[in-house]
Amino acid sequence: MRIGACIVLLTAMAGAALATEIPPDQRRSGYSFMSPDTKAMQDEDTANPGMLSVLDGEALWKRKAGSADKACADCHNDARVSMKGVAAHYPAFAKALGRPVDLEGRINLCRTNHQQASPFAYESRELLALTAFVAQQSRGLPIAAGDDPQLAPFVDKGHALFMQRQGQLNLACANCHDDNWDKKLAGSAITQGQPTGYPLYRLEWQSLGSLQRRLRACITGIRAQAYDYGSPELVELELYLMSRARGMPIETPAVRP
Amino acid sequence: MARLAPVTLLAAGLLAACTPAGAEQLRPYTVVGDAIPASLTGTNGDATRGRALVVERSSTCILCHSGPFPEQAFQGDLAPNLSGSGARWSEGQLRLRLVDASHLNAATIMPSYYRVDGLTRVGNSWRGKPILSAEQIEDIVAYLVTLRN
Ligand code: HEC
Ligand code: HEC
Repeated sequence: MRIGACIVLLTAMAGAALATEIPPDQRRSGYSFMSPDTKAMQDEDTANPGMLSVLDGEALWKRKAGSADKACADCHNDARVSMKGVAAHYPAFAKALGRPVDLEGRINLCRTNHQQASPFAYESRELLALTAFVAQQSRGLPIAAGDDPQLAPFVDKGHALFMQRQGQLNLACANCHDDNWDKKLAGSAITQGQPTGYPLYRLEWQSLGSLQRRLRACITGIRAQAYDYGSPELVELELYLMSRARGMPIETPAVRP
Repeated sequence: MARLAPVTLLAAGLLAACTPAGAEQLRPYTVVGDAIPASLTGTNGDATRGRALVVERSSTCILCHSGPFPEQAFQGDLAPNLSGSGARWSEGQLRLRLVDASHLNAATIMPSYYRVDGLTRVGNSWRGKPILSAEQIEDIVAYLVTLRN
């Protein structure tokens, strides 16, 4: 009996890789699934709650910090110029670490290495605000992550995680976001899971949140063990999602239901 | 030969994972054809409790399925409508679909509600437990057989 069940399991695992990738011309941002009201909230800077964080981030950009007593602006000057297009290339390969870091990780590396300040906690107001401010400088620009050949093995790892069935519900990201994005899970549109708008304001959260927060929510949703904030696995998933979304415009700060 | 080794190891790992340790708390059952003819608990479930379970979000059914639940505003459309399940399937067939749908269709997205082995990275709060208890499965089966049209 048990052996029988196990053979079935083996077959199930062999079948797990059957998901089909979304053809480039059919890719759609989560934005396109939203109601006109929620779209309007994202489109109008004065109505978009994420813009408050962007303003907050702009103030932090100019504030001196750490024992180096330097502001981000002391090294990078005007973010409108120096940070334009930067977020479109993240996660990026960090030579010193030999692995990719996401934008939050990069900002924290600047805090520790250049400002000699303590890193911000993931999902802290400050880290979300600075990340939103930096990413907003790329709004409308096409995502170009994953180009660096050194990233290839990490993109592959992220892809494998995306395809891996996990958790008590035994579902893979691909089961929902590649195979069923035109369907509804209870009341809500499943969408393609495109990472175009982060950090973004989610009405359900009543706050800004990072891509890692969203990924952890999906992982907990399938009753799997969520990876820790900043873990290599979450960065690899982010990297895969960003390279899967290559060419799609950045929307930060987006709004989602 | 060398290429086969990892597969063999994987199989060995899975078979090891299928030894009684994890499965002990599950009651044994026998699959006959595409059905589990006998009740997991030895008694009949309660259809009223079964309906309440199906529409409860934590049971996860209506995340994917819709059905004759006019009071539920939010139902899924990832899976067949549950109306008429009892006309399409026998009690035993429904029981196997709940216990382990992957036994019938290896690629299905429907979770196995009474299985603890062969799963990956199950979260701490759920590890080692089936999604539903034997009693809950029997209550839901008792309800589904009443869905004749
Ligand atoms: C059972 C279905 C399901 C599974 C499995 C699942 N998700 Fe999701 N995901 C959703 C739903 C529902 C939403 C919320 C609606 C939306 O924003 O797309 C969502 C949202 C997202 C978003 C936000 C998209 C946006 O527009 O902001 C991303 C990114 C994402 N998921 C990635 C993943 C990854 C990576 C995994 C695997 C670790 C995963 N999801 C597993 C259902 C699922
Ligand atoms: C993640 C999605 C998902 C969840 C959750 C789910 N199912 Fe399913 N179910 C399916 C799919 C898809 C099928 C279609 C057959 C297949 O793929 O095996 C199915 C088939 C069925 C069938 C046979 C339907 C028919 O008439 O052919 C029944 C009965 C059923 N499910 C009951 C349930 C019950 C009861 C629950 C909750 C305890 C549940 N399902 C949870 C996806 C799901």
